[in-house]
This record gives sequence, C-alpha cells and structure tokens, in this order.
Amino acid sequence: MMAQLIKNKTVAVDPWKTLELPEGETPETVALPDGDIIFPLAVWQARKAEIVSCHKRIGLLLQPEDRVEDIATDLDYFIVIAVNFPKFVDGRAYSTASLLRQRYHYQGELRAVGDVLHDQLFFMRRVGFDAYAFKDGKDIAYALEAGFTSFSDGYQTSTSQPQPYFRRRA
Amino acid sequence: MYKYDAIDRQLINERVEQFRDQVRRWQSGELTNDEFRPLRLQNGLYVQRHAPMFRIAVPYGMLNSAQLRKLAFVARTYDRDYGHFTTRHNLQLNWPKIEDVPDILAHLAEVEMHAIQTSGNCIRNVTTDQFAGVAADEVIDPRPLAEILRQWSTFHPEFAFLPRKFKIAISGTREDRAVTWFHDIGLHLQEQDGESGKTIGFRVIVGGGLGRTPIRGQIVREFLPWQHILTYSEAILRVYNRFGRRDNAYKARIKILVQALGVEEFARLVEEEWAHLKDGPATLTQAEYDRVAVNFAAPAYEKLGEVELPAEKAFAKWVDRNTHPHKVAGYAAVTLSLKPHGIAPGDITSDQMDAVADLADRYSFGELRISHEQNVILADVKQSDLYEVWQKAKAAGLAMPNIGLLTGIICCPGGDFCDLANAKSIPIATAIQARFDDLDYLFDIGEIDLNISGCMNACGHHHVGHIGVLGVDKNDSEFYQVTLGGRQGNDAKLGKVIGPSFAADEMPDVVDKIIKVYIENRHADERFLDTLDRIGIDPFKNRVYEGRAHGKAKAAQKEAA
Repeated sequence: MMAQLIKNKTVAVDPWKTLELPEGETPETVALPDGDIIFPLAVWQARKAEIVSCHKRIGLLLQPEDRVEDIATDLDYFIVIAVNFPKFVDGRAYSTASLLRQRYHYQGELRAVGDVLHDQLFFMRRVGFDAYAFKDGKDIAYALEAGFTSFSDGYQTSTSQPQPYFRRRA
Repeated sequence: MYKYDAIDRQLINERVEQFRDQVRRWQSGELTNDEFRPLRLQNGLYVQRHAPMFRIAVPYGMLNSAQLRKLAFVARTYDRDYGHFTTRHNLQLNWPKIEDVPDILAHLAEVEMHAIQTSGNCIRNVTTDQFAGVAADEVIDPRPLAEILRQWSTFHPEFAFLPRKFKIAISGTREDRAVTWFHDIGLHLQEQDGESGKTIGFRVIVGGGLGRTPIRGQIVREFLPWQHILTYSEAILRVYNRFGRRDNAYKARIKILVQALGVEEFARLVEEEWAHLKDGPATLTQAEYDRVAVNFAAPAYEKLGEVELPAEKAFAKWVDRNTHPHKVAGYAAVTLSLKPHGIAPGDITSDQMDAVADLADRYSFGELRISHEQNVILADVKQSDLYEVWQKAKAAGLAMPNIGLLTGIICCPGGDFCDLANAKSIPIATAIQARFDDLDYLFDIGEIDLNISGCMNACGHHHVGHIGVLGVDKNDSEFYQVTLGGRQGNDAKLGKVIGPSFAADEMPDVVDKIIKVYIENRHADERFLDTLDRIGIDPFKNRVYEGRAHGKAKAAQKEAA
C-alpha cells in the first residue's frame, strides 16, 4: 500500500508498518514483527496476549465489515487505529469512525487508509479521522491546501463539531 | 417559502466552487473517470444517451417565481429551451455540457437552488405533497420538517457513500399524496393525545421502494415525537450504512436489508442504535422548528366567500379536473397540466416557465409547486381569478383538463433519453393520448392513473398506476408489460402483471380494451379502480388476450411468418 501520510495538516513521516498476512499464513501462525506495527483485527484477536507482552506501541487495522463493538473494550491498547477504504465509495468506514470517536471515545490516532482521495478528506475529518494515508500519485500539496476546507461548516452533529448548526445559529 | 440565511447561502456557494474545482481536475486528468463519477452524480450529473443529463433539486416541490424564471433562463441559455419535471421533485435538463455545469450551478445558487445529492448513493431530495400547507385534509404542514431534513441530509459526513440511493418522503395529510409507502423512509405526520395535550410526531415507515424489487414499506415505529426525527433517522441510516449489501447494486437498497432481517429485527437494531443518540445534541428544539416554520406561514389571504363560477363548459371541465379544495374559503389550488396530448409528460418550455412565473406572481403570492405527477401547482388562487388563470394557462398550453384522467400520464424520459431504459416510454404515452383525444370520452372514463416506466427502475412509478406499463427488452426489441390494480395513497399497493408483454404498436389497443371492459361492467359512480376491485383482473385479461396466440401457437405463427 503506497501512500503518503497526512497528519496535523502536513506530510508526516510514518513510523508504522502494517502487518500483511503472507500467502499460506494464518493469524495464529504469522510471525509478529518488531517495531510499530498495525495488526489486522484477526491477528489481534488471535494473539492479543502475545502482542501486548512484546509491543509497547500497538496499531490496529479495521476492515469496513469489522464491528467496532468487538474491540470496544480493547481501545486503550491502541496508539493508532487504521480503517480501510477498499474503494472510496465504500462508506462504512465513516460509521466505524463515528462510533469509535463518539460512542467509545477513542482518543488515539484514527487513520484513513486505502483509497483515500482529495474529495473525501472533508467528510473524513468531520467523522473523526485525524491521519490520512493519501493515495500515491495524487496531488498531495493541493489536497493539503484545499481538501479539508471544501465547506466552512456543516449542519449536522459530527465528531469534529458535536453541536448541530441549529444550536449554534446566531 | 424557506429563505436561506448566511450559512445556507455560504454552503451552496462553496458547493459551486467545489464542483468547479472537481470538473477542472477531471478535465486535467487528475481525477479519473471512476473518481469523478460519484462526485458528478452527487451534483445531479449523469452521462446519458445523447449528452449529460443534469438534475436540479426542487426541495419538497416548492419554487418561487424568481427561481422558475432562473430555470427558464438556464434551459434557454445552456440547453434546448425546455426542461423535464420528474416524479421526485426535480427538474431535468437533457442536453447541457459538463463544462457549463459549474456556471449553471452558480446561476442557480443566486436564487437559492442547487443540484446537491439529486443523484448518487446518498440521501436524495426530500419530497412531500404538492398541496402541503393548503390542503383541506392536512393535519400538519410537513414543509418545516422537510426543510430541517434537507439541511440535515446536505453533506452529511457519515452518509455520503451509502450502499445505494436513499429517498425520504413526508406526508402531513389524511390522504397520503407523497407515495410514502414506497420510499426508503416514509414519514406520516400525526397528532397523538398525551398527558399535556396533543403531541406531534411521525409514523416511521422503512424499506419501501419501487424499482426492480417493488416492496411496500413497513412500520418501524408507530409514533416518534418530532423532536427526535434527526437522531432516529441517523440510527436508521447508520444501521443501513453498516449492514446494507454492497456486493450487488440490485440488492443494495434498504428494502432488501429490511426483508433479509425481518422488520422486527431491523427495528430492534434501529432502536438499539437510537438509544445511544436519543436526547443528544441533534434533538430538535422548538426554537429551530419555529425559525424554519415562520418561512411557511400562511400568506396574506383575503376574507372571501365561495364564488359562483362561470358555467362555460370547457372552463367547468378544467375546474373539475385541475383545481383542488383549499383550506381557506374562496381559494383553490390550481394544477397546470404538463400533460397536453402529444408532448412528453412533464416537459415544460422556457417560455412556459416564464408564463407560469407570471401567473404565480399575479395570482398566487409568487409561489408554485411541483407534483410527483409531474405537473405545476399554483397553490393559492382566488376562486374569483380562476377564469382568468384558465384563459392565460390555455394560451400557454398548460390548461389540458386531464389531471387524474387517462391521458394525465406519469412517464419517465425512457429510451429516448435515458441510458438505463430498456424501451422508449414517451412514444407510448403520446400514442395513448392520441387514441384517447376526445375530451368527453376521457371525462366519461373518469379517474384513472396510467403510469409508464421505460425500465424496471420504475421512475414512472408504473407499479402504483391503476394501469402500469413497463418497458422490457426481449431479444433487443422493445416490449411492454402491463399491470393492473396498483395504487398510491393510504391503501398503496402494487399492480399485478396481466400476462405476456406487447409490442409498442399494440399498446393503444390494449389500453382501449381494458377501458372497454371497465365501461361495459361499471356500476353507476364506480371509478375504474372500483370496478377492477369488484370484478378482478380476469375479465380484463381475457379481453386483452382474446384471439392472441400464446406459447406453442405463437411460436408456430412466428415460424410460418
């Protein structure tokens, strides 16, 4: 997954590596690498004790179909939760992010990964993402300049603005 | 009518600039076609058979005369001098250029109009009853809550990329005129007696829809106090966004999810989700309701008595068909028919738009509405002005007295324009209109809804037509399947297919035979639907298929030919 990381309104160095299951490996058997690793949910669930014992900093990768409810009590372990957009038109991750932030009060980094493009950044920020693995080959400078500010406000409640506009109207 | 405030205006202006930028990046190759596609769709822009089709929102059907004049200007300047009103409170242009659309959006923004979420897999235009606010059978005016829902659904960050499109309709009347049983969410405003007087709330219906898999919606909650409509809608949408199918576009609507889970389980998930959101900051306030509702306050009606109308026969026919009772004495709601015989149903020229805008200014407080039957309504006309309005409407070609009659057909653009269509629909409509061109006969036939769709996506609402016509593709030829007994309203239901489909040139005869069976069998005062319900569809079927070869005989006939 080639991408450049946007964080704090700038291009950031990414210390994290995502564990990908090699062909023929299972969550139970795969070797756990050292360093700052983002673990797929299945690996986390199969090897939780092991991961916690040998990693100080732990990341989690959620797929759109993964249920936030299943890791609700684990959230304190994670420095980073990455939520995958297999295609940018798959909008499930917006609900995942909203739930993580608004219901379960997850405070760590929430990273959008996968098909992360300029025109969805505004929505992603509103639901609570604060890091973006921006798709390679796209104009990241322009995304930083214009992608997060398409609109100056929004009507709805959201992670970034819990008060709906109607409660803030002058 | 709702007036934008600073934030409303700012957001649509920002939308224009956002789309201008997206078009620029698409033209420069920065955005691929696949990346651009959902973006243009959420601005109402399809790429169609001949040209892009551009769909402009008319939220809950309300327009003022300045907006209609702007639509006339846009159609004249950027298109071929006409537009098409759809069954979901939109105006479609069939021939704009993609590169002109940012400028069109800028023109529209000047009059507080837009094309936001008129297409794409997102929350679409909220629709309601064309007589909202004036209907004699109204319980609560649905427009303030429709506007509140419009704002809530606009750029909702969590629900911009749903499994499939999502349509909401609200009705505030005793008789449902908003097809609420066939929307993703259908809302019935109602009053309930409580401890501290009457409470206003919604019956919440979910999972209805026409299209490929027509299903009547089911009640998820019998009564939801109005303050909770946003949080409850969020709960429904969140359950749908997370669990709706995304593997197959034909099975992605919420109706399929509701069917798969069963309505009880679906309702349980929604209530569970809602328990977390209930009474949160998105709970509506009386102050916000009042702020919006003041825009829909009754205009300055005069105190009038009922009026004796001229007896002229043609005028009386028009009054009979094209006016609707008004809750204020001395007024009537007037329907200007966009169904003159021989013209594509729902089409309106720029000159006609200007003429309607003039009529609205002169006779109806400068406002008008669009109906899902694809007509234009002047909601507040003095009865004493009806004769003048009729004469002027006649001069503009808008006074065909066929509202609710056989030739007042609901019809999608069909294969003449639409890429999705299996068959043409407009020529079928005009051929039927030509066959039934005698007004006295049309009146004698009486009330009947004939709806035509060019494919199973059902934009022409064929499933709920008393007579429904669906274009189908058989070995690359266009055929038409006929259903009988569908209906909208409180007892909304789907029509039944009567049998094998017909060729285009057979359709006027088929309709003629159906009508003849009705006329021969009807009792005094029975409408088409009443007779059909009493005698069943067999007599109609038998007549239509009489002497027609079926199955083997038909194959043999073909062989011989």
